[in-house]
Amino acid sequence: MCGLCGAFGGENHWSTHIEDPEQAHYERRRARAYRTKLINRALRPHRLEIEDFQASSFVLATATGKREIVQDLGGIWRQAEQLTGHDIDPLDAQFLASLN
Amino acid sequence: MNDTTPLLPVHVISGFLGSGKTTLLKSVLASEAFGDSAVLINEFGDVGLDDRLLGDIAEDAVLLSSGCVCCTIRGELSEALRRLLSQRQDGKIPPFKRIVLETTGLADPGPIASTITADPVLRHHLRPGTNLTLVDAVNATASRQQHPVWEAQVAVADKLVISKSDLVDNDQLSEIQHLIDAINPAAQRLGREALHQPSDELFASGPHLERFSHSEVKTWLGPWRIPIESKAVAHLGDIKSFRLGFEGDVDWTCFGLWLSMLLNRHGSNIMRVKGVLHIKGDSRPVILHGVQHTIHPPEHVETWPESDRRSDLIFITHGITAKRVADSLAAFMSAVSDHTSPRIFHE
Repeated sequence: MCGLCGAFGGENHWSTHIEDPEQAHYERRRARAYRTKLINRALRPHRLEIEDFQASSFVLATATGKREIVQDLGGIWRQAEQLTGHDIDPLDAQFLASLN
Repeated sequence: MNDTTPLLPVHVISGFLGSGKTTLLKSVLASEAFGDSAVLINEFGDVGLDDRLLGDIAEDAVLLSSGCVCCTIRGELSEALRRLLSQRQDGKIPPFKRIVLETTGLADPGPIASTITADPVLRHHLRPGTNLTLVDAVNATASRQQHPVWEAQVAVADKLVISKSDLVDNDQLSEIQHLIDAINPAAQRLGREALHQPSDELFASGPHLERFSHSEVKTWLGPWRIPIESKAVAHLGDIKSFRLGFEGDVDWTCFGLWLSMLLNRHGSNIMRVKGVLHIKGDSRPVILHGVQHTIHPPEHVETWPESDRRSDLIFITHGITAKRVADSLAAFMSAVSDHTSPRIFHE
């Protein structure tokens, strides 16, 4: 597993490290919901969508109905690339333009 | 994750063949300041030459003999680190406070951090420490031309020491200094005396610190504003080092997604990223530190002057320009975040 990853479902990714584990449950749910919303905005140009699966993992789905369980954040981008057969490249001007 | 048990740092001494790593390690082991260190030595080849050179000084030294630490023996490195922790817990070796790993001269030290942070056991006991790189003044130019890993060793360094500087003239020394300044302007420079009389400074101010102070962060971010000789820049080739500055606070969630996406696609060309970010909704800035695909667990800085809300990120890349990175981040944040995006500039 890439060192970038870590169990996103278990909130063990580096980007969640600064969140206070003692914070209220609803705050954690709110942060997770916001993260999910932003991932979906980034995936929309590739006609992909993720859903939170019982706050333990995510389900990544294509417009044609293919579905995969994703356990970590690094896995989301990699699996999305595998499902679509296209790179998801934040340095690609076309991709960035398609976000709007 | 706020574990009450402090994580032990794994410091890495890196540098090309013959740059003086073993000399430094001997000095470290002989120093009272580092008496409570465990040592791992990565030797390339069948005979552990450096282990013999160290002789009786390093009684607890573990020799990794299977090859280069960056590729073939990551499994062995994990096992060796686990063994050290197990022996420490069982009381078979003294309760060391740090591990010092000397890499082979042919190793890219970048993957060592990912070995620690990706291992389900190690990451609960250890954290990547300071990357200290030695640059051999006599052979730097030739080594760099023949072995691309030389640049990787300089790029990942938190601290740099030029060894054998007394064996070259001032012009040669100046050229080497400008070259490493151009590749890694964010590394702290230590003088030659660090090789023979290592002080606490050797491994201080690294990414392993549990709690950074304002001044430690500034030291760690390095002497960024060193003027770079145009001659050195001309010889840099594909290496780009640049700084992104932010006016306005950053949406951490959005930034984290962008960076993870960037590293997923371009991690092998992001040799280094580090900096301090002020994030929305939090008065405390966050320290970010990554090498290639690996981002170390970010930490808050608890005490920070209110007047300083400036965010800085330093990148060292292979072929990726400052403008592409800055434009990408700005466009991504503007399109994806619910919050107002900061103005991002680069230099």
